[in-house]
This record gives sequence, C-alpha cells and structure tokens, in this order.
Amino acid sequence: MLTVKDLKVQYGAFVALHGVSLSVTEGQVVSIVGANGAGKTTLINTISGLLRPTAGEISFEGRELARLESHTIASLGIVQVPEGRKLFPDMTVYENLLMGSYSKRAKQYRKESLEMVFHLFPRLEQRTKQLARTLSGGEQQMLAVGRAVMSKPRLMMFDEPSLGLAPLLVQSIFQTIRQLKEAGMTIMLVEQNVRQSLQISDYAYVLETGQIVLEGSGQAVLENEHTRKAYLGI
Amino acid sequence: MIFSYELLAQAIVTGILIGGIFALISVGLSMIWGVMRIINFAHGEFLMIGMYIAYFLTAKAGWDPYLTIFITTPMLFLVGALIFQSTIRPILKDPSMNQIMLTLGLSLILQNLALVVFKADVLTSSTAYTRMNFMLGPVVVRGSQLIAFVGSALTAVFLYWFLQKTESGRAIRATAQNREAAALVGVNVRTTYLLAFGIGSATLGVAASLMIPFYYTSPTVGLFFGLIAYVVVVLGGLGNFIGALVAGLIIGLTESVGAAMLPGSLSRVLTYSLFVVVLLFRPQGIFGGKQQ
Ligand SMILES: Nc1ncnc2c1ncn2[C@@H]1O[C@H](COP(=O)(O)OP(=O)(O)OP(=O)(O)O)[C@@H](O)[C@H]1O
Ligand SMILES: [Mg+2]
Repeated sequence: MLTVKDLKVQYGAFVALHGVSLSVTEGQVVSIVGANGAGKTTLINTISGLLRPTAGEISFEGRELARLESHTIASLGIVQVPEGRKLFPDMTVYENLLMGSYSKRAKQYRKESLEMVFHLFPRLEQRTKQLARTLSGGEQQMLAVGRAVMSKPRLMMFDEPSLGLAPLLVQSIFQTIRQLKEAGMTIMLVEQNVRQSLQISDYAYVLETGQIVLEGSGQAVLENEHTRKAYLGI
Repeated sequence: MIFSYELLAQAIVTGILIGGIFALISVGLSMIWGVMRIINFAHGEFLMIGMYIAYFLTAKAGWDPYLTIFITTPMLFLVGALIFQSTIRPILKDPSMNQIMLTLGLSLILQNLALVVFKADVLTSSTAYTRMNFMLGPVVVRGSQLIAFVGSALTAVFLYWFLQKTESGRAIRATAQNREAAALVGVNVRTTYLLAFGIGSATLGVAASLMIPFYYTSPTVGLFFGLIAYVVVVLGGLGNFIGALVAGLIIGLTESVGAAMLPGSLSRVLTYSLFVVVLLFRPQGIFGGKQQ
C-alpha cells in the first residue's frame, strides 16, 4: 500500500534520513523502532508532506507522494496522530472532530465516523463542548486519535501516542490500536514501548541515525539480539 | 471648557456609535494577525481605497451610499487578495522587521498614489442620510452614525457566525491555532491565508460605505483609522475577535469623551496614552491574546 524508497531528508546541511526504504502492507501494523533522534518523526512528517525529501520516492497505492502538498496527501486518506497531539486548542472537542473530517472524501462519512469515535472513546462524547486545551492529557490523546479516525483514513501513522501518559492510559492506547487493527485499519506505529508495539506488529523496522539497520516480522525483531540489547534492556 | 451632563451624554452616545465603526475597522486586522501573524500597516490605506470608491459612486454616479457596499466589499476583497498574493505572501516567513517595512512601504505608496491621482482635496459627499438627525432627550443622534453602528454590528455578527459555524470559517480558525495540524487534516493553508486576508480587507469595504455619509475622504484618511485599528487590536488582545469589538467601543468612548472634556487635541493624547499604558502593563491586551 505504501512504499518508501531510498528516502533522503535533510534539515539544511544535516541529513536526518540517509536513504530509507520500507513498505507497509494493507491491513497490517508496521512498527518503526528507534532511539530519540533516530528520524522517526522526520519519516512520518515527510510521508505527510510537511517535509520535502531531497531524494527518494514515496508511493501510496501507486501514486507518487513526494511532490504533493500536505492537504492533498491528507485527502488521499493518509493521516497521522502527531507527536505532541497538535490539537486545535481553542476549539471544542466537537469542532476538533469536525476538522478531522474536513477533506471532501471524509466529509461524506462524517456521521458514521463520529459514531465510531464515540464508540472508541465514550469519554469524548460527554465532553463535546469542552475546549481542547482544558482536557486532561489522556483525553487530549483520545481526541488526537479521534480526530484522525474522523478523516476516514486508509493509513494511520501514530507518532508516540502514549508519550507522557500514565501506565493505565498507555494500555488503553494500545487497546485502541488493537481495535483499529481488528477493524482492518492499516497502521504505522512509532512507540517508546518497544516490546508492546512489536507484539502487536506484523512487521517492524529498526531505524538508527537515519538508516534502517534491521527489519523483519514483529516477532523476529522482538527476539533479535541487537533489539533486545538496545531497546529492551535485556 | 464648561462641564455639563448634556455634553457628556452627547459624547457618550457619539463615542459608542463611532466605536462601532472602530470595532469593524479593527476585527479584520485582528483576524489577519490571528491567522498569519502579520500586521498589515496598510490597513488604513485599504479603507481609504474603499472610501474613494464609495465617494465616487455616491457623489459622481449618484448611488445610494449604502448600496455601494455591494461594490466596495468585493472590491476590497480583491485588493486585499491581490496585494497579499503579490507582496505579502512571499515574505510570510521572513523576519518581522522585513514584514513591517514592507507593509509600511505599501501604505506610503498607496497614500502617495492617492495624492497624485485625487490631489490632497478633502472630499465630502453629502447624502440624504447626512442630515438625518434626531433628538434622544438632550442628545443629538446622527442618523448616518446610527446606521453605521448597526451596520458594523451586523457585519461583526455575520463574520463571527461565519468563523464559528461554516466549514471555511472553521478552517480559518484551525489554521490560526495550529497551521501544521490544519494542513494534516486536509486544509489548504495557502488558500486559507488568501481567504482570511481577503475577508479581513473586505470588512474595510463595508466600513468605507457606512462611513461615507458622515466622514470626509482624503489621501491621508487611512493614517488616522489605521492607527486607531492598531490601538484597538492591541488593546483587545492580538487575534481576539470579541476583544477587538469591545476595545473598539472603548476607544470610541475615549476619543469622544476626551474631545468633549479636554481642550484641543489632548483627547488624541488620551487615546495613545491608553495604548502605551496597555503595552507597558498588559501587552497581551485587556482581554488577552486568545484566538478567535
Ligand atoms: N527542524 C529541525 N531542524 C534541524 N534538525 C532537526 C529538526 N527536526 C529534527 N531534527 C533532527 O533530525 C534528527 C531526527 O529527528 P526526529 O524528530 O525525526 O527524531 P525522532 O526519531 O522522532 O526522535 P524522538 O524519539 O525524540 O521523537 C534529530 O537529530 C533531530 O535533532
Ligand atoms: Mg519523534
């Protein structure tokens, strides 16, 4: 569904991604594992069109993305739950959700998407009129995921969705990702909880200083000697 | 000057009516700041352009002044959109000093162009509405100012509704609150900027037509109203829609009551002193710089 080939991304002279290649198959959960500063957010933002690659290709269902603008990429059904949530702070929960289905394609499904979001997060339904910036951290993360679900996505990219959440809430985020997977969603997952994310992943890539150093099924990467040492502390 | 309650009552009524126009002139400027973090120092000159259009349509072509709204509003949208696209868009990411210099330069160019084309004449177009006054107790209410106030209020309500309830309005607010997040949900940030700048300028078209029955037109008319708009926007909190409306009324009252109570041009000093005091002690404005 998504294929990234020899992707090179720079911030000025600094090369953040040195020719990254990977692919995501429809209906699968694919993890990107990597330390702080490895380039995970850079990768996601480049797929979303917020950053321009200096070389390489990104194709989504045969369509080249690297030269499209963010809003066009969003309208194709690629959405991210961004690092740090990036909500619209002075809008209500409901307005944030409506913005999620801003693109023409998503607007048609607005009603059923709303039902799906409220089914995933009953908590949000009770808070539709509350301003996003007054929500608790956990609720804000629910809203960030909910807003992404509103876009009727074909591919969801999660960038550290459990960052800063209490253990119980981390569990509920993983629960949500599992639910989405069962509903057939294609997911690209970046998570600090490496063990858990590899456990629910069909496939995984290990990214180190802008390069893929290891790839394989979630299970294989989980059992790999290097992964165990570097990311699981065993 | 002799103090009298009649005089004060008159000043308060006039102040509120004029304050409505001040508010209308300011909301667009505030919205543009909220969305793209730019202060258009040619805002007053845009109003001047609108007033010339309204003036020629009423004084030369014999239009009803309020009918000219249907010309001035779309014209100012176009002027705003064209100037934005050609000069402001390219410097949106530049240091704010460059942006200030550019829009200040624009304002000087427009002023001097008007001087060349229309001469320094102060033009007044007396219409049927100009002399439509009535008494409210001891207070004279000028019909044209009352209409301008009501028109401003309606325009503000309409703009508020647009921003709150329509898909495009919501996209404008979303872009103001988080540009990247807006792009990620499918908002075309470039067209949203253009739309916001166009709408912010179009409000000046409405204001120009509302003002033409009671205010003179000249190449430098934008100086005063531009300055008023900056004061109002800062006082109300940059980017704060409701704040700009309330601050417009406050400045209208300050100007008018000051003029009635203080000798000569001291009232202007009062307005700008208020501005300086706010900047010193509450730089976020009296209502804070909350987004619309
Ligand atoms: N705007 C920027 N300008 C310059 N360098 C940047 C910028 N953003 C990121 N970088 C650098 O690019 C590299 C990759 O950053 P990125 O944010 O993609 O890492 P990450 O894997 O998401 O890390 P984390 O786990 O901390 O979120 C880092 O070395 C970072 O310092
Ligand atoms: Mg990151």
